[in-house]
Amino acid sequence: MSLLEIKNLHASVDGIEILKGINLTIEPGQVHSIMGPNGSGKSTLARVISGEETYDVTEGSVLLGGKDLLDMDPEERAREGIFLAFQYPVEIPGVSTKYFLRTAVNSIRAHRGLDELDAYGFLKLVKEKAAWVELDPALLDRPVNEGFSGGEKKRAEIFQMAMLEPTMCILDETDSGLDIDALRIVADGVNQQRSPDRGFLVITHYQRLLEYIVPDVVHVLLDGRIVRSGGKEIALELEDKGYGWLEEEVAAGA
Amino acid sequence: METDPNTMLDQWAEDSEYKWGFVTDIESETVPPGLNEDVIRLISARKSEPEWLLEWRLDAFAKWQEMTEPPWAHWPDHDWRPIDYQAISYFSAPKSDDDRPKSLDEVDPKLLETYEKLGIPLEERAALAGVAVDAVFDSVSVATTFRDKLAEAGVIFCSFSEAVQEHPELVRKYLGKVVPRTDNFFAALNAAVFTDGSFVYIPKGVRCPMELSTYFRINQMNTGQFERTLIIAEEGSYVSYLEGCTAPQRDENQLHAAVVELIAMEDAEIKYSTIQNWYPGDENGVGGIYNFVTKRGLCQGDRSHISWTQVETGSAMTWKYPSCVLKGDDSVGEFYSVALTNNHQQADTGTKMVHVGKRTRSNVVSKGISAGKGHNTYRGLVKILPGAAEARNYTQCDSMLMGSACGAHTFPVIEVENPTAQVEHEASTTKIGEDQIFYCNQRGISSEDAVSMIVNGFCREVLAELPMEFAVEARALLALSLEDSVG
Repeated sequence: MSLLEIKNLHASVDGIEILKGINLTIEPGQVHSIMGPNGSGKSTLARVISGEETYDVTEGSVLLGGKDLLDMDPEERAREGIFLAFQYPVEIPGVSTKYFLRTAVNSIRAHRGLDELDAYGFLKLVKEKAAWVELDPALLDRPVNEGFSGGEKKRAEIFQMAMLEPTMCILDETDSGLDIDALRIVADGVNQQRSPDRGFLVITHYQRLLEYIVPDVVHVLLDGRIVRSGGKEIALELEDKGYGWLEEEVAAGA
Repeated sequence: METDPNTMLDQWAEDSEYKWGFVTDIESETVPPGLNEDVIRLISARKSEPEWLLEWRLDAFAKWQEMTEPPWAHWPDHDWRPIDYQAISYFSAPKSDDDRPKSLDEVDPKLLETYEKLGIPLEERAALAGVAVDAVFDSVSVATTFRDKLAEAGVIFCSFSEAVQEHPELVRKYLGKVVPRTDNFFAALNAAVFTDGSFVYIPKGVRCPMELSTYFRINQMNTGQFERTLIIAEEGSYVSYLEGCTAPQRDENQLHAAVVELIAMEDAEIKYSTIQNWYPGDENGVGGIYNFVTKRGLCQGDRSHISWTQVETGSAMTWKYPSCVLKGDDSVGEFYSVALTNNHQQADTGTKMVHVGKRTRSNVVSKGISAGKGHNTYRGLVKILPGAAEARNYTQCDSMLMGSACGAHTFPVIEVENPTAQVEHEASTTKIGEDQIFYCNQRGISSEDAVSMIVNGFCREVLAELPMEFAVEARALLALSLEDSVG
């Protein structure tokens, strides 16, 4: 069974259609990348999959391991295995990152029929996973994302992903605002989490990230539709020529 | 004038029966509604009070009659129900067990469900719901053990009525010294008709061996609407006092007008913590208690320290400004507050810090949370008098809004009359964001848990001031008060 199966997905916000029939299938163990210019609908796709209520799904279906995601609240989707690494992670003042994560980890464990992690087990896990993204454990005593630098926020997202052990990871422009060293660290963190039963959807503007996280399939999103899919060579072509030629080609074909 | 309770009652009933158009049932020991001098004489007589206290009450009543009810702010979304002072019954003997529910089976299941959610121990639920206590569990023995331990330390902790009988010299010396009986409309009303309350006296150098909680004061389940509390901490003593309870208590009264006075002598410290969860009215704003309270502490001695901490989640309307008069040099006043309003509730709260002595310090942290159509107002005064050289104040005033129909209002007043003083005020307003809740959801956390987490994070500095057990209950209470307020 496919891990994630999106069929003819249409979504709009305030009556304006953003996604205009997305078809996308991700098999377990695969890394897919979505590229596209600003406003093409990349982030919308990520948010619709994870269940943000701002968007109205008007048509189509999204299945995770055969289960209908669109029927679920966002927290249920997360417990079923959807993880979204946010482009702009929000701050939650006064709530320590550790406390937040422990609540998250235990909500998800409860859903999977596992026992709650006690303080010791939790801290052990934290130590192990924080090392993956070279995250200073002292950060975890601070309130969620508060006073984190841009790079720290992104690393913290990947760290959270490691803690929650999702089956379907969506990275929404995780590379934006990162310098090359931070990019490498984040990419290493992601690569360590690649596994035969886990899928990735990496949303990015630039080919740069894909040098570190090598995708199996690259899709190009234009105006709410996937206009081309193929190997990582597409990314290189886009890097070279921009999106203009594709837009023209699509227009000509239409 | 010699006052025999029974004669008084008879006479009063006789005088007023036709005049007021009601019939007095002497057997029931409840005075019919209405307020006049005779009612006050009756209250005083029934409590066998000394003459001076009766005069004190009558004087307060005379002044009260000349005062006008404060036209305080109430924001839209609350239908002000005028208080009919003649419709209140000012004296009522404790209900007999026959009038109470016989067991928990007779109590409103919704109330019991709330107790359950708050994690109130089973044996306490009955007492809170007004079930005749001794039929359910033996709380008397608990209280007795507790009292023995306090007596050993020399601490006096009793009902106000008892104190009037057993320690009249202390009551007379301090009553009304911090909150004068004519301080304001509701304080004057309280002074005239108060029925009971708590009295605490900590002798010199004694550190009270346990936290004093009103819960143990089981001998007055029916303290009622006009409660009076007086706490005196002698030189070098310490006491932590807990008032209230997280559980919503059964109460049919509309108005609560309590007065609390604290006095701290040299090097003494009083920590006063409140959880207020009176009936807030229903989700349409029908019913609910008006909680108009006067609380003030006097840091009389040098290096004395008074700290107010409150979590206010109940009542339809709250007007309450626990304050400190920092008279002793180097004395410290603190105010930590969380006020949460949901549905049609309104809370108008804050503090007054009056710096009199040199190098006096005050710290104010106020957190207001408004949900539904609730309104929260911070009203504060920081006053530095000419003699308060090098006084310092820090005020932090944060508001959190949930949804778009609620309101937060801030009225800080700062008066500085000494140029060496340092006063800081910080304020912020935040809206609990859909994006914050979604972020939590995306990590597998339910919306309800998310809101509770965000709100508790927002209040963290205040909750940290509460005694451990109280803090745990307060967290649960905040979450419960916001139930169903997220879409």
